[in-house]
Order: sequence, then structure tokens, then C-alpha cells
Amino acid sequence: MSSPVNSPVPQQEGLISAQVRPASGAWLAKARTEAAARLTQMGLPKRRDEYWKWTRPDALIADQAAPASAFDYGDEQPVFHAVDRLKIVFVDGVFDAEASDDLSGEGLEIERLSDAAKADIHWASSLYGALETRGHNPVDRPLAAYNSAMATDGVLIRATGKVSRPVSVMYRHFSDTSDAILHHVVKVEEGASLTLLENGTAAARLSMVTEIDVADGASFHHVRAQGRDHGRHVLTHIFARLGRESVFKSFTMAVNGMLTRNECVIEILGDDAKAHVAGAALGDGADGEFLHDDTVFVTHDAVNCESRQVFKKVLKNGATGIFQGKILVKAGAQKTDGYQKSQSLLLDEDAQFLAKPELEIYADDVACSHGSTSGAIDEEALFYLRSRGVPERIATDLLVLAFLADTIEEIEDADIADDIVSRLEAWLERHRG
Amino acid sequence: MLSIKGLEVKLEDEDKQILKGVDLEVPAGKVHAIMGPNGSGKSTLSYVLSGRDGYEVTAGSATMDGEDLLDMEPEERAAAGLFLAFQYPVEIPGVGNMTFLRTAVNSQRKARGEDEMSAADFLKFIRAKAKDLKIDADMLKRPVNVGFSGGEKKRNEILQMAMLEPKMCILDETDSGLDVDAMKLVSEGVNALRAEGRSFLVITHYQRLLDHIKPDVVHIMARGRIVKSGGPELALEVENNGYADILAELDA
Repeated sequence: MSSPVNSPVPQQEGLISAQVRPASGAWLAKARTEAAARLTQMGLPKRRDEYWKWTRPDALIADQAAPASAFDYGDEQPVFHAVDRLKIVFVDGVFDAEASDDLSGEGLEIERLSDAAKADIHWASSLYGALETRGHNPVDRPLAAYNSAMATDGVLIRATGKVSRPVSVMYRHFSDTSDAILHHVVKVEEGASLTLLENGTAAARLSMVTEIDVADGASFHHVRAQGRDHGRHVLTHIFARLGRESVFKSFTMAVNGMLTRNECVIEILGDDAKAHVAGAALGDGADGEFLHDDTVFVTHDAVNCESRQVFKKVLKNGATGIFQGKILVKAGAQKTDGYQKSQSLLLDEDAQFLAKPELEIYADDVACSHGSTSGAIDEEALFYLRSRGVPERIATDLLVLAFLADTIEEIEDADIADDIVSRLEAWLERHRG
Repeated sequence: MLSIKGLEVKLEDEDKQILKGVDLEVPAGKVHAIMGPNGSGKSTLSYVLSGRDGYEVTAGSATMDGEDLLDMEPEERAAAGLFLAFQYPVEIPGVGNMTFLRTAVNSQRKARGEDEMSAADFLKFIRAKAKDLKIDADMLKRPVNVGFSGGEKKRNEILQMAMLEPKMCILDETDSGLDVDAMKLVSEGVNALRAEGRSFLVITHYQRLLDHIKPDVVHIMARGRIVKSGGPELALEVENNGYADILAELDA
């Protein structure tokens, strides 16, 4: 993850503070310096770290990004193309003003991080690096601190009302060696609502942190499609903080990807809030090495809140799926309804799924559970479908989609859900046999 | 229509012979019933005809209108016009009943080189068929057989049969798990499908289903073979006397 001036990642941690990206404005300079100090204190991920047991961090912390060619979509319409949305475009991690819409909308303020960096005070200063700081729990996430210190750009989005048009960030990848570090801050103010769409791979290597504050009575919906570039190395962190009666829903679709690690850290601080995070990942080792890692941590620190983790993986030909998920229910977080589901469908015997589901509960009136399974296609169901005339390959696809169905249900908008399903169908069709 | 000659079948994984030379001819437009004690091989016959894994045919043949069924994949048999109404319809969470039926109908049409049915035509078609079977819109939207009662599952089987318009219908203990009213409804659904070019093989334990679906011929299956055939009166005889007499004759 080199900086734009291609300075190598400091292996001696004492050097890190010297590497902080300069900001002319006071608020961001301070946030970056503090992030660098956190990183210095934590150190980079090490091989012995339990938290990096299954996904090796080497490619993420190497001096340079491993080259990855961009996927050629041909004349295929990108995901969300039919949605009326406000478009923000980054190309290899660099903002593309030409391709982006005017960054304004009703009940909405959007600013580039690199512009906001010039200000001395900014609303984002209470969030930038702050939610990341809170998120080093139960483990340190040094690469998120690294991102806060080094991010070159990103968007700061503030929703002050019910924003009807989704904000859509499109990440285009052209250069084989691009190495992007992006950092976004989203603030959904009291009673406001916002939908954020993200699609594309962004770069050969991407580090992205998104800090999201969902205030009392606010709602935030997030749908993400991580692009088809196969050689990519991607690390994303979402740090979300939820207020009273707020709603947070995030869905991620990942197909392809040599290494994709999506961390999601949610802290529920207000009563009667809901947090749903879901992911559908499909990997075929025939495309090349595939590893997809969902690492999720949900903290309940309020009364009568609901959380759902629904992660499904479809794996074949040596593809690897990883799930590390935890629900922490703090003392006093009574009436918590928490559920964690991590399942994989292994389409052959070469694929593997590694899961570490955890619950840690300090309140006595809660309903918390987890279910982690790994299985093959249901032969009974397959025969039933075939006996009705459905060819085996189509029947298999139907059953795979059925397996993924409860992740799709976490997408609020029916048209967007249909769009995602059609992408999954197309992927399955391309990967039959 | 359906012609089975000397069919011998064993379990694939075990050295266990289930069918020991089944001979059966079901002509076009006829309803044949198969009755028999538990373990006589009735369900195995239906599974082997529809192409389920786990069985090995060691001798004999089964053809439908001259086509070798045993050489075909299950979906090819379906497209050729074979339909099995399952004794235990399978629940498929996540697959909507409508999606399932539309995929099935269009897969079969495609396999036969016909045009796929448009969404609008399909909707019209399924609504009419569902109404006859008292299947409401909710049941069509729900995942296949998930949360369906025993009666709903069997009605759903008959709905599939009505939609797919097969020429050879095998009903495997369609009466099991049905109360009197549900049995009547299901039977009416089956009777509505009776037609000149369509044959039925009705597998049942009980004569009562045959009060509703009147067979032309009744076969008794025991120990892996058809051991006796006759008219509808044979079903009554079994109902009154059980299988003991017939089995005794076999031992004699």
C-alpha cells in the first residue's frame, strides 16, 4: 500500500509518522498524525496473529501491489446502471470529476476528502479516524489505522434529510499496478436516510475504510458489488456506529478476487436499533486463486436491538471462503436479538470453508445464536427439479441461488435486488460444469 | 404407451435385488393401478422409471412410446412426457413455486424445440390451473413445498402435472397423508387430466383412492414382480381379504 509518491510501506514502525500524508488543514493533519501513532503502537499484522490466521496479510502489506489486470466487461452494462443515482467515479483510486455528477443533492452534502483536507475545521473531524479508533476491538486492525493515516482521497457524505436518490460510488480499474487507498466518511443525521451503492474493483490493490455514523432514527442502506477483476487484492473496513431506532443494512456481492477481505465492525449504541450485514460470495478456483474473507464484529451496547449477520459462500475448484464473526452483547444490553449465519455451499471436494463464529454475552435476557454450516447441493432437491424437466445444470444454478436467497433478502430495494440476482445468475451460467 | 419387460433392479450400493422381473403394459389413455404390500417394490419401480440415482438395472427394459426410458436423464424423460407425482414431495427453500414451475415448463418446451411461454401467458395458464385445485396465490409465491401441509403438497404435485401436461403420469401413493376432502380434491384434479392420449399408473396401498380415480386395470405387486392383474374388482378383493391369499398362492 504505497503512498502516491510511491514511498514503500515502512517496515520500521518508527518511520510511519514521517510517512503521513500532509494535509494543509488542521483537522485532517491531526487525524492522520493520530492514526499514524495508533499504527506505530499496534504494529503491522504478524503471521502469528489469530486474526490473520487464515488470510495471509503479506500481499496487503507488501511494498508494492501485485499486478492485476482489469476485467474487460465488454458491452455488459455495469451493475446498478438502471438505478437513478448520483454518480461519483474514481479511476484507479483517483477522483474523476468529468465522469462524476455534480456533488450535490437535496438533503445531501458531498465533498471530496482531498478538498475537505484544506479546511481547518470540518464536520467529519468527529468521525474520521474516530470510528476506526473505536473499532480496534476485540483485536487491533492496524491496516485500518494505516488507511486513516495514508488515504489519498475519498468522499465525505452527510445526509440531513431523506435522500431519495442513492449515492453511487463507482470504482474503475485500468492500470495493472494501481494501488489505491480510499477513506470515506458517511454521516446520516437524525431522522435522515441514505442509500449508498458501490461497485467495481478500484485498483490492483485497494485499501478502503468507510466510517458510517447513523444517528437516532436514521437509516442507512448499502449495496456493494466488488467487481470481477480476478487478480485483485482488496481489504475493506466498514466502521459503523448506530443510534437509537436507527437502521443499518449492508449487502456485499463478491465474485472473483484473488484476495478479498471485508471487515465490518458495527457498534450499536442506541436502543431499538437494527443492524443487518450480509454477503454473497462466489468463487471458482478455475479463474485463478480465490480467497474471500468476511470478518465481522457486532457489539450490542443498548437495549432491544436486533443484529443479523448473513454470509453465504459458493465455492468450487479449490476456492477458499473464510468467515470470522462475533457478536458481543455487553452487560445491560437486554432484549438483544442477535443472529449470525455463515454457510458455504461446496460444489466440489476441492473447495474449502473456514469459519470461526463467536458469541460473547454479558446480559441475561437475550436471544443470540449462530449457525455455521458447510454442505453440498441437496441431491433430493436436484432430482425433484430434474424430474420436472429442468436440466441438471440449470437445476444446480436454481439451488445455488436458493442458497443465496436470504442474503439477497437483506437488500431493501426490489429492483436493485433483481439486478444483483441477475449478476449472480450470469456468473453461475458462465461457471457451469 | 408404457412398456416394461422383465425389469430387474438392485440397489446400487447394496447387493439387494428389489425388482425381480416386472412385466407391465399400460396402453394409451388407460389408468392402471398397482397395489401391493409394503416392500414389494412399488416405489422403487416409480423411481427407476423416473431416473433417480441409487438403483442399478440388471436386466429388462422400460420404454415409453418405443423410447428407451432407462437410457435417458431424468430431465429427458420428463421432456418426453413422463411425470412422477412424489409420495414425499421435496421442500426447496429459496426457490419460489412460480419460478420453479416456469423453469420446468420452459425447460421442457425448449427440450422439445418449442418456443418458451411468455410470462403473461404462463401467469394466465397457472392461475386457471391453480384455481381448479384450490391453490391460492400465496401458495404459488411461497418456496416449493416449504411449510405446505400434506394436502397442499399433493395438490401442488397435481398442479405441476396439470402444467406440464405429461402423457405418462405415475402417482406414487398420492393418497398418503390426505384426509377425505383433500383426497377428493386431488382425485378430481387427476380425473380432469384423463384424456385419450394420457395414461396413468396409480400406485397405492388402499382401495379408497381407486373409488375416486377409477382404474381400467389393477395389478398386484409382491416380492418385486407383478403377480396378479385384473379389473377394478381386484382392488376390492384385496381391501376385503388383504394380501395373504395372494402371497400364499405364490408360496404354493
